[in-house]
Amino acid sequence: MIWIDTIIQGILLGGLYALFASGLSLVFGIMRLVNLAHGDLIVMGAYLILVLVTLLGLSPFLAVFVAVPLMFALGWFLQKFLLNRTLGEDILPPLLVTFGLSIALQNALLEGFSADSQRLPTNALTTASVDAGPITLGVMPLLTFASAVLVIVGLNQLFYRTELGRAFRATSDDATTASLMGIKPANIFATATGIALVIVTIAALYLGLRANFDPNIGPARLIYAFEAVIIGGLGSLWGTLLGGIIIGVAQTVGAAINPEWQILAGHIAFLVVLLVRPRGLFPRAND
Amino acid sequence: MAYKVTTQTPASRIAAIVGAIAIVVLIALPFFAGRGTIQDMFFILTMLVLAQFWNLLAGYGGLVSIGQQAFVGMGAYALFGAVILWGLDPVPSILLAGVAALIIAVPTAFFAFRLSGAYFAIGTWVIAEVVRLLVAQWKTLGGGTGTSLPRSATRDMWFVEMIEEALGVRSAAARDILAYWLALILAIATIGGIYWLLRTRRGLALAAVRDNTEAAKSVGVDAGRMKWIVFLTSAFGTGLAGGLIYMQKARISPDAAFSVTDWTAYVIFIVVIGGIGTIEGPIIGVLVFFALQSLLADFGSWYLMTLGVLAIVIMLVAPRGLWGLLSERTGLHLFPIRRRLTGGQLTTSEE
Repeated sequence: MIWIDTIIQGILLGGLYALFASGLSLVFGIMRLVNLAHGDLIVMGAYLILVLVTLLGLSPFLAVFVAVPLMFALGWFLQKFLLNRTLGEDILPPLLVTFGLSIALQNALLEGFSADSQRLPTNALTTASVDAGPITLGVMPLLTFASAVLVIVGLNQLFYRTELGRAFRATSDDATTASLMGIKPANIFATATGIALVIVTIAALYLGLRANFDPNIGPARLIYAFEAVIIGGLGSLWGTLLGGIIIGVAQTVGAAINPEWQILAGHIAFLVVLLVRPRGLFPRAND
Repeated sequence: MAYKVTTQTPASRIAAIVGAIAIVVLIALPFFAGRGTIQDMFFILTMLVLAQFWNLLAGYGGLVSIGQQAFVGMGAYALFGAVILWGLDPVPSILLAGVAALIIAVPTAFFAFRLSGAYFAIGTWVIAEVVRLLVAQWKTLGGGTGTSLPRSATRDMWFVEMIEEALGVRSAAARDILAYWLALILAIATIGGIYWLLRTRRGLALAAVRDNTEAAKSVGVDAGRMKWIVFLTSAFGTGLAGGLIYMQKARISPDAAFSVTDWTAYVIFIVVIGGIGTIEGPIIGVLVFFALQSLLADFGSWYLMTLGVLAIVIMLVAPRGLWGLLSERTGLHLFPIRRRLTGGQLTTSEE
């Protein structure tokens, strides 16, 4: 019974990792940009929510609604004025600029908030649990997982049902041709990063509610997100969810065997998938 | 008519002479410099070696690795393992450090080469994390908390007694001088070796792969093999540097030896600031880096923030770094690799 419980906890943890990964996947899918500061942006989102909670006395769930437009604007400006200038054939500039951003952001947070761990204030809801037959499920993990599914459904709807989504897909396929049709790729990219940071904010909420965070944990979140994206196959959002679940289950099972193996087990699962299916479980037809 | 293909320029001849003088001064440095200077120079030289190897990977091989700490850490732990478990002398163990990094590089390349471009970067990082977590399980070498080199091993290290007597210094200072000389040898061998590599047929192939992989393949360059050669060379050199750095520190822990900030972020900043894709770049970069560190080290996280922002600005404004700026303006190359035709009279056919 304890094993079923472990595996279900892992699946729900996978929802959090899928939230980390969706923003990364979105940005890569549209502009082939790997944002190495992604994990640090998640941590920054958590601090933003914390500041709003402290200053305005809001519940974290309400503070998110204030944080979302701010983070969208940040993403939009970041892409428009910084990252767009690095895009091109050469992969070095975007990698090195986002790496520089990651280090700068990490240390700015360290300077502003110190290295102490923080946590978003919890209430009755966040500690509640429901009994599902023989096992008990926390409300927070369930909510995280549901949010991940909602985000992915929402992104898929956005991609395939809206005009903006059509512009996203067109720019992703061929930015030059898309610009002949009246699309401004620079703005499309900016909007995409804005949306990615909205997802980052949602991820940050659950990160902050579920566990302690400090300025140094960003890179590890980036790595989990990256692993989920690669396992799922580049460009497949449902694949990313499955990738997150695989990492989550590997971690909880690893931790159940030996607490020191938690993180290692997740990485090993990733390497095994990379060995067996180098292009991920659901690769896009051509990329 | 007599003509020849050469890579030499007047500037490079002068640079060679200045370089030779600099090397003589650096060799003689322990005879007149204090212990603090020697330690600073050790730091500069080892960072230079790491930067040259990262530059070989990213600047020439197009392989942006964020996992260099895997080779530093592996090299360092191999040295500690050889000394503590096998009772070897630390000095020859440095070679084992390189070999250990080389061994770990084979599976790393096998996995990471499955990922292309930007994903390769994070892939190397993941593998470095895996190595760190595995090494932290190695209880005989202190597990997660780390361990120190036994006092007997550091005291009886090769050459230390000789240096003590020759220079009239204490044992601890003699160890620093030994480490410094070894770092100097490693740095000269690294720069010389990379310069030699770039001037050979393989170097030409490497430049061709960097500039246009498809075109290089079409004229018969085995691009995949070039990647392997560059990756393994760089891992071996980084492992040697890792072993040497921790021989001098004499104390190790997984978090320090596999630190992404110390062994990869700093190194990337050095190369980017100095100028990626040149041999001169990392040399300039490490000097700027050291100057910034001396100025700003007291400000803790402000220092790293400055470095991060500086790297962003340089990448946007001058992607070829400080050396690139200078080289573009003046056409100066201290380590020229471009082959030029000289001596022939181009007008003879018209006579």
